[in-house]
Amino acid sequence: MSLPAYNFAYLDEQTKRMIRRAVLKAIAIPGYQVPFASREMPMPYGWGTGGVQVTAAVIGPDDVLKVIDQGADDTTNAVSIRKFFAKTAGVKTTTATREATIIQTRHRIPETPLHVGQVLVYQVPIPEPLRFLEPRETETRRMHALTEYGLMHVKLYEDIARHGHIATTYAYPVKVDGRYVMDPSPTPKFDNPKMDQCPALQLFGAGREKRIYAIPPYTSVVSLDFEDFPFERYRHPGTCALCGATDTFLDEIVTDDAGGRMFVCSDTDYCETRRAAHSPPPLAGEGQGGGSAAGAAQEASPSLPLPSKRGREEQDLKAAEHD
Amino acid sequence: MSAAGKPLLTADNISKRYGRQVGCRDVSLTLHEGEVLAVVGESGSGKTTLLKLLSRQLAIDSGRLNYRMRDGAVRDLATMGDAEHRFLFRTDWGYVHQDAAQGLRMSVSAGANVGERLMALGARHYGTIRTTATDWLERVEIPAVRIDDTPVTYSGGMRQRLQIARNLVTSPRLVFMDEPTGGLDVTVQARLLDLIRGLVADLGLSAVIVTHDLAVARLLSHRIMVMKDGEVIETGLTDQVLDDPREPYTQLLASSILPV
Repeated sequence: MSLPAYNFAYLDEQTKRMIRRAVLKAIAIPGYQVPFASREMPMPYGWGTGGVQVTAAVIGPDDVLKVIDQGADDTTNAVSIRKFFAKTAGVKTTTATREATIIQTRHRIPETPLHVGQVLVYQVPIPEPLRFLEPRETETRRMHALTEYGLMHVKLYEDIARHGHIATTYAYPVKVDGRYVMDPSPTPKFDNPKMDQCPALQLFGAGREKRIYAIPPYTSVVSLDFEDFPFERYRHPGTCALCGATDTFLDEIVTDDAGGRMFVCSDTDYCETRRAAHSPPPLAGEGQGGGSAAGAAQEASPSLPLPSKRGREEQDLKAAEHD
Repeated sequence: MSAAGKPLLTADNISKRYGRQVGCRDVSLTLHEGEVLAVVGESGSGKTTLLKLLSRQLAIDSGRLNYRMRDGAVRDLATMGDAEHRFLFRTDWGYVHQDAAQGLRMSVSAGANVGERLMALGARHYGTIRTTATDWLERVEIPAVRIDDTPVTYSGGMRQRLQIARNLVTSPRLVFMDEPTGGLDVTVQARLLDLIRGLVADLGLSAVIVTHDLAVARLLSHRIMVMKDGEVIETGLTDQVLDDPREPYTQLLASSILPV
């Protein structure tokens, strides 16, 4: 059985050039949504077709790719995309944030600070921050052109009027480089401050909506707010049950049907690195006791990083030795 | 007070065609500060087209349209850029639609509806925006407790009053109204007219009111323009035109008011 002959990174060269032109324009105008001729990809819309196309256009044979989905390296979407590029581009893949040169992400920014030379590629479902208040595309484009962003604050006003605080917790609108208001894709607002003055290049691809936008390295990214209701980060007030971190974004995991639950880092790589560095891992199960809670959690979520995954741990140990 | 003598809005022979159909032909008018002009005529006479031309929502085919800005400079509306026109529209002008659903954001609360213009102008203090919104709701006789309800839950009369509050919050100098009392029952109409008359007098607003209801014109306006087939056929002081119409068509119009 002969394998189908793909071009490097699946897309043909003309398509990649087209996408690169859009990416360059997006970098030149931070936060501006550049239309591009999005292609059909061998995956459904909503699974990261925009991100995959951007990654395919910027990846080279020497790149090291990391793919995360909600912070986890081992969920279906992340594994599939990583394998997709391992197969079509033959590139090295990793789960370690520090080693990667390109990180494709769905809904999270890694906890480990990014460094110069890295590219963070976001998968974006709806690129237009004004969409839910103004359904007309012609009108939203005009509003961007004329910097008419009063509507964005109408949304935040509504939040405060209804909930007493700004209840938007993800896809929290930001102003990029003092000009364009941008949707940071559905990342939790906990991650918003990480976008500001980030040393890495951030690219956003929306496949279905056919838009690419970007934040160049070291660009100001300000979350919108009111003077008397300033922007606040939000995380579950808890401790990671696996690594004991108190400053990371946590996932809540239900461990049984009797109210048992635990909080774990959403960033699996960060969590595993910490556990590897501070072995033995601290047990901090909140439910029926650490052991049973962790066992149930393993069933509930295959993405949960657990000590059983030896191979991964050894990899991270090696990564930790690098420092 | 040299500016006070100059007109706010001047239209000079403005025309608009829709293909072969005439929308408006050679309409000229001047509007001074604090003056209310009613445009009356039957359906299809070009009233709404004229209002859209004056507010530059439609481009004029020929003629001149000038507006005196707040700084006193007279500007040609036809050549004004989009950004400036939109700015004018949300600061110095108001536009009250017949159907309040077109002029309001139906899915956000009344407070946000009133506050939208303020936020567009850069207000970034929630408390201040809310206080201003509450004040305005009270001025248009909407109970302050309804501030967090969406206009969907409002009655027709309340929606119309909310629309007026939303427009007046930036203290515009000129308000365009397209059948502001259309579709309301008579008692609600009377209250609304009373409110508009009070606000116009208090704030010294100029207004162009399009209506087919001569009673509305008589109650609100200083001057009146009668339109037929896209042309102005008679113009003058409201009482004078309605009590002593000169043109046959105006006579017909004035005599068509049903006596109660």
